[in-house]
Amino acid sequence: MTDEQKALQAREKKEMAVPAEQMRPGPTFMPAVDIFESEREITLLADMPGVKAKDLSIDLRESVLTVEGHVEPPESANEIDLLREYRTGNYLRQFTLSEMIDQSKIEAEIKDGVLRLKLPKVEEAKPRKIAVKAG
Amino acid sequence: MIIRRLYDWPTSEFRSPFDELDRMRRQMDRLADTLWGGAYREPAAGIFPIVNVTEDHDNYYIRAELPGVKAGELDISVTGNGVSMSGERKIESGGKDVVYHRREREGGKFSRMVSLPKPIDSSKVDAHCADGILKVILPKAESAKPKQIQVKTS
Repeated sequence: MTDEQKALQAREKKEMAVPAEQMRPGPTFMPAVDIFESEREITLLADMPGVKAKDLSIDLRESVLTVEGHVEPPESANEIDLLREYRTGNYLRQFTLSEMIDQSKIEAEIKDGVLRLKLPKVEEAKPRKIAVKAG
Repeated sequence: MIIRRLYDWPTSEFRSPFDELDRMRRQMDRLADTLWGGAYREPAAGIFPIVNVTEDHDNYYIRAELPGVKAGELDISVTGNGVSMSGERKIESGGKDVVYHRREREGGKFSRMVSLPKPIDSSKVDAHCADGILKVILPKAESAKPKQIQVKTS
């Protein structure tokens, strides 16, 4: 297959079955994420359109990271639907962190609906060269 | 590209191999109609961004989810009774020395036209993009707004 520049494909949001019943009605979606690891840290980027910093909650408990974003339906009460191709709902996704993450140094920022989580690695987890002494 | 012909298709009639898919799609459409009252349509294959279109007495509203796209990177133009939205979604790549554990977000160019059922006042179209949500407000042309008719008592 040739490696051409493809036009961006639309994807439906992944709805999830929420384990505990929610107080607020509405569907809950799993945000799409990119997770990549460098020598010093792991970076997580999540697509959460419609979520502002104040609507975002990040919880870390027993090495499980829970990312939750609340979205208010943007339509006002007197708007009628003509075409609805996507639904609006809250975002939720959980990750288990490995022990190499320094939990006290996690940073989070959300901009233009994209959450960026920086998870620095614990000092000892960074690769070190071990000098081998000649016998 | 090699094109394979299905010489050993099991049925004897000249049925299209897409019949099953057509039937399932019709069933899904019917299901979608009953669940969401008819306005919900599965997005047409591959058209990005997917949109919601609503209206009230004075305006049409088009909304799309475009996380990571800034207002300045969008090109919106009004055409007749429709709107064309295009731009490019850039995905941060993380550099060359990184290892990916998940790669679910996609980037690329996009372009979409949405037509509206009634004429709009193209000089007054307004668009905002905040927190990854694009909202385009299209005021209806005066002739398109519903008018109240006074019923006179004779």
